[in-house]
Amino acid sequence: MYRAHVLVCGGTGCTSSNSLKIIERFEQLIAQNGLNEEIKVVRTGCFGLCERGPIVIVYPEGAFYARIKPEDVDRIVSEHLIKGRIVKDLIYHDKKDGQVHETSLSNIGFYKKQHRVALRNCGVIDPENIDEYIAFDGYKALAKALTEMTREEVIDTIKRSGLRGRGGAGFSTGMKWEFAYKSQADKKYVACNGDEGDPGAFMDRSVLEGDPHAVLEAMAIAGYAVGSDQGYIYVRAEYPIAVKRLQIAIEQARAYGLLGKNIFGTDFSFDIEIRLGAGAFVCGEETALLTSIEGKRGEPRPRPPFPAVKGVFGKPTMLNNVETYANIPQIILKGAEWFASMGTEKSKGTKVFALGGKIVNTGLVEVPMGTTVREIVYDIGGGIPGGKKFKAAQTGGPSGGCIPASHLDTPVDYDSLMAIGSMMGSGGLIVMDEDNCMVDIAKFFLEFTVDESCGKCTPCRVGTRRMLEILERITDGRGEDGDIEKLEELATTIKATALCGLGQTAPNPVLSTLRYFRDEYEAHIYEKRCPAGHCKKLARITIAADKCKGCSLCSKVCPVGAISGQVKSPFVIDQSKCIKCGACIEKCRFGAIEKK
Amino acid sequence: MSLSKEQKEQKLRELQSFIDLHKNDKGPLMPIMQKAQELFGYLSLETQSVIADALGISVSEVYGVATFYAQFSLEPKGEYVIGVCTGTACYVKGAAAVLEEVEKELGVTKGKTTKDGVFTIQDTRCLGCCGLAPVMMINDDVYGRLVPSDIPGILAKYKA
Repeated sequence: MYRAHVLVCGGTGCTSSNSLKIIERFEQLIAQNGLNEEIKVVRTGCFGLCERGPIVIVYPEGAFYARIKPEDVDRIVSEHLIKGRIVKDLIYHDKKDGQVHETSLSNIGFYKKQHRVALRNCGVIDPENIDEYIAFDGYKALAKALTEMTREEVIDTIKRSGLRGRGGAGFSTGMKWEFAYKSQADKKYVACNGDEGDPGAFMDRSVLEGDPHAVLEAMAIAGYAVGSDQGYIYVRAEYPIAVKRLQIAIEQARAYGLLGKNIFGTDFSFDIEIRLGAGAFVCGEETALLTSIEGKRGEPRPRPPFPAVKGVFGKPTMLNNVETYANIPQIILKGAEWFASMGTEKSKGTKVFALGGKIVNTGLVEVPMGTTVREIVYDIGGGIPGGKKFKAAQTGGPSGGCIPASHLDTPVDYDSLMAIGSMMGSGGLIVMDEDNCMVDIAKFFLEFTVDESCGKCTPCRVGTRRMLEILERITDGRGEDGDIEKLEELATTIKATALCGLGQTAPNPVLSTLRYFRDEYEAHIYEKRCPAGHCKKLARITIAADKCKGCSLCSKVCPVGAISGQVKSPFVIDQSKCIKCGACIEKCRFGAIEKK
Repeated sequence: MSLSKEQKEQKLRELQSFIDLHKNDKGPLMPIMQKAQELFGYLSLETQSVIADALGISVSEVYGVATFYAQFSLEPKGEYVIGVCTGTACYVKGAAAVLEEVEKELGVTKGKTTKDGVFTIQDTRCLGCCGLAPVMMINDDVYGRLVPSDIPGILAKYKA
């Protein structure tokens, strides 16, 4: 028994800001003070509140220390761990209510409305220690499935829970399992999609880093249900910590007999192999991912046949996303009714979101389906920093759309988001404020899809490029009458004709910004003006007449002779000649020249 | 990074034994290419031929896979690889200006290596630490919450 536990976040965000040095320092000081037997340091997965990282929590008090530097550790050890006095100035300080919360995470606004199912062990257990997972009911669901339930009962439970795929499209997980179960073949595979490619989404990474055994356990349950003895986890190579923890977890599970031959003394055998992605967004698409597991170019292929009939190496393959799997053990243990009691009529359970962009509390949150966008952005996310105005929240990444202020009260579930032209997607939620130009954001996503298009089908390969060219023209101030209509026509055609999900959804960011921010497009095209003041080539440089002393320095430095005037009276810039180089701004000694 | 003849042969032997160990696995090509890139830092045509011969497939098939995935590089990279994250969260918080500053400071554009072979600039996909946006990585070091004026100071640490 330890009298205190020091939990230090070892997720990617906190590791990037030195949390490993913090752990080292704690261990060093605890050893120096002879407290090894009394205090345990645990490196956990993500706590979620990445904005305030690196995070350290000390139990039993539950003291929540935020933005800790290695040099702060000395005081936490000497004051808190030795003398029992919480170091108040290092404790998390709620920016919104100004309160210092010494204890109990549940009082912090960020955590109040959250409900953790998929993330339940993240930030709680040491992901590199299977015993801690087992202590939190780990592998109990697998035991229950193997020894007390038939394969049909497992599938029926998942079906009745109402769980839908968390990777984006939201297909019924139970149905998927049933299709694979019904496929007849000498060999079947179970696969896990950990190719989290959506820029700004990192929930799968956090689950793999914080609770890898939950995914292994769920895959074994799936293997039992559909009749497979081999699983593949496909993870992005860009997630080295997740890959390492998965490897450790697999080895530990094998050593405990929880993977391998005759699990729990039954005749069920199952093992898992890791395959690394190599940086191709399209591999998140299921048929492309399965092709990539085979070691080939990850190009998608038409469906049917669906993977449940013909997948990896031509055999039936059941593929689920990481977050989907993370829900499975709890559903088996607590029952379909428990899971179905959370969420909305058609979207059950919870959803994890990665909050990012112009929001106070960037990080990872898990909320019941049906929570409104406003609750996520303001109550949990803490609103927009710097007193700026909310403009839009983007969900679904390059396949999704944006939610404008007028739709802030939309409940977050698959169907409501679809109805307003966005989508659930894998769970990235990026907030934009008044300084972000929505045409530029649409261009950003198009650049991404053009870059990531695999080139197999023409609508995606050529069509998205044509759309990008138009968007570049518009943001460069060369937009023409008819450009908006051309964008819409291209978008409709690409959506209808592209081969896979990447192409079919690539036009969404454009369509959705056109739907809610058409005036911004029009301002760029017809007035050659960027309302957000973001697009550089549309910026105007002007001389404030009241500040200009008429020294003529600016006109001498202007490389294109765009500035003229009489000495000792205000000068003016000829906008038709100005190339926006900014040389005049640097030269002006009176701060009279402005770019906006 | 140029290798001596002995180093190169040593690495080739290492690759060969990895291939021998895995060539009968299902779908062995990508894991082998990943190992080769780890050993040599990039996939030269020569390395690609070695892999193709060992697996009994054509070099074009190996080349096809190498060019499909962003992670595989056909050219040697600089000593320090700078990855400026251009994921959405970083982008809305000003990653473009950070990238521009890195390019200005080093005098080469993204995807290119400086003449002295010290730095390679890349724009990377989301690194997944969006709480620190905008983020840049130099080899394994992560720099977060960047503004363009931070860049010269950070790069100075790596310039010998």
